[in-house]
Amino acid sequence: MTSTSYRDALREAHRDALQRDPRVILMGEDVGRYGGTYAVSKGLLDEFGPERIRDTPLSELGFVGAGIGAALGGLRPIVEVMTVNFSLLALDPIVNTAALLRHMSGGQFGVPVVIRMATGAGRQLAAQHSHSLEGWYAHVPGIRVLAPATVEDARGMLWPALNDGDPVVIFEHAQLYNMTDELPQPFSADIEHAAVRRAGSDVSLITYGGSLWKSLDAAQALATQGISAEVIDLRVLRPLDEATLLASVRRTRRALVVDEGWRSGSLAAELLARIVEGAFFELDAPPARVCSEEVPIPYAKHMEDAALPQVPKIVAAVRQMMGR
Amino acid sequence: MSIDHAAPPPPTGPVPLAPELALQLLAGMLRIRRMEEKCAELYGQTKIRGFLHLYIGEEAVAAGAMPAFTPQDNIVATYREHGHALLRGVGMERIMAEMYGKREGCSRGRGGSMHLFDAATRFYGGNAIVGGGLPLAAGLALAAKLQREPRLTACFFGEGAMAEGAFHEAMNLAALWQLPVLFCCENNLYAMGTALERSESQTDLCSKARAYGVEARSVDGMDVVAVHDAARLAAQWVRNAGQPLFLELRTYRFRAHSMFDAELYRDKAEVEAWKKRGPIHTYTARLKAQGLLTEAQFLELDRQVEGEVQRAVDFAEAGAWEPVEDLLKDVTRPPAGIVEAAP
Repeated sequence: MTSTSYRDALREAHRDALQRDPRVILMGEDVGRYGGTYAVSKGLLDEFGPERIRDTPLSELGFVGAGIGAALGGLRPIVEVMTVNFSLLALDPIVNTAALLRHMSGGQFGVPVVIRMATGAGRQLAAQHSHSLEGWYAHVPGIRVLAPATVEDARGMLWPALNDGDPVVIFEHAQLYNMTDELPQPFSADIEHAAVRRAGSDVSLITYGGSLWKSLDAAQALATQGISAEVIDLRVLRPLDEATLLASVRRTRRALVVDEGWRSGSLAAELLARIVEGAFFELDAPPARVCSEEVPIPYAKHMEDAALPQVPKIVAAVRQMMGR
Repeated sequence: MSIDHAAPPPPTGPVPLAPELALQLLAGMLRIRRMEEKCAELYGQTKIRGFLHLYIGEEAVAAGAMPAFTPQDNIVATYREHGHALLRGVGMERIMAEMYGKREGCSRGRGGSMHLFDAATRFYGGNAIVGGGLPLAAGLALAAKLQREPRLTACFFGEGAMAEGAFHEAMNLAALWQLPVLFCCENNLYAMGTALERSESQTDLCSKARAYGVEARSVDGMDVVAVHDAARLAAQWVRNAGQPLFLELRTYRFRAHSMFDAELYRDKAEVEAWKKRGPIHTYTARLKAQGLLTEAQFLELDRQVEGEVQRAVDFAEAGAWEPVEDLLKDVTRPPAGIVEAAP
């Protein structure tokens, strides 16, 4: 095992894909000379040249649409959108074109494009740079939505995503890029299943992305209080791996969803609905959730912290659920 | 800024084309016209539902332009694309079946009038988001360029799309990256019900393309000969230069925007004036004057086309409804082992 950062794992995944398949290109704002806003693509321009590592104008609608067109035309484009916040300018090509083409054409045209973006809050970037809108994308049939939360998934998910045959949107929580961890060899390359990150017997913490690490910290804290929490990393936000999710909840009989998205109309709401639909009679307590507060993410550190799911909130929610 | 909505004088003079091509252009226009007249009738009978946007009046554009492209080229079109699909080579029967929503349709009944697709002829839809096809076309051209494939991408859109950011972003990308796209703007003066001068601060459409450094030309879209000439030269230019070209085709829609449009936004007199220079009868008159066509030959052609339309209707009528059990098919790629149509 070697130690590597989430950022370096992503870069290695890109390098590997670019080497393995000449149809793979990377395009996006500042992916070339600048080296990527989060330095994921640093060095790739020198290695693969400007034809395959393409700097784009600040033109999300245009270049995401073009990436989709390039996929239709036989390439395997990776389109980096700087952050989920700016991806709203590209919702039209993603939702109205990429997600629908296979169906509208009666199965004739698939769109094998991968669209990556940073997501999430926690760095005092204020309201317009702190969204967590994974749930919006997970709402749409026709696309796969991934949230690699570990170094291993950062390394392993890109290649199967490129070979999925349909549009795949990958969310990288901005707090994770500097995270360092051991990269197992061989590493997993799974874009189908949720993962049990910590086994437990009293409660299932169901989460994804940046909230995984808060949930694991919470599970650790709970363990010292005699509560055994299982932590499920969804990894795949669409289609949801309901089997893993429900198996865990049936085992622990309690479920808490931790989701950085806002509570109303959230992915957390969908998860709770599935748990209630699928495991209602096996629950020992009403399922609950810790989400972001219903406020645009504030700049001031103490206010930002208060707006987001945090370890103490998760611990408190579990204790309440356990009646302790 | 106001612009003239009056119809220009009808095209006249000899048709400088080989007789075979001259008649091919006429047949193209007539096939679209008769097919769509039948569609309107079938809509009244509720055989066709949803939105139905007729191209009637604008046939010279598709009929003149399509022969300029090779089978290797990509075509991207809008929701007013019946004519483009037909002349690209998607059979009238499969188009009509699609309008009916039958599984024999060119999109298996999942698309309908606005979403005709055909992988075999590289016909990429059928896009009902105004401007939605433009970035897509840029991407198709990028793929062709990087894979060293000598195909161009022809992208049809209306002048209404030029108010969308998608137009400007696609134009910038195509020019910046030198992509072989032929942008064909069908300027019929109305974005649904909004006249050009009521939606655009700059009504000289070519100047918008030129602002991006894109070669831009304008042509009378009611004159099939002029369209064909312009499209042929434009396609040649794009192939040689490996760069985009913007071609404005000035045309006019004779029918309502869709079947729900009461046409409150334009004068009947204006429509009548444009009908006087309708692309089919003015062209027919020129062919006759030149001795390339007799009335008997025209009637024979029309009879053949009517036969094709009838066969298409019969085919659609005889088609099957896709079983509801297949509802969730083709949302994502089928599991391994199921063979798909190759694009």
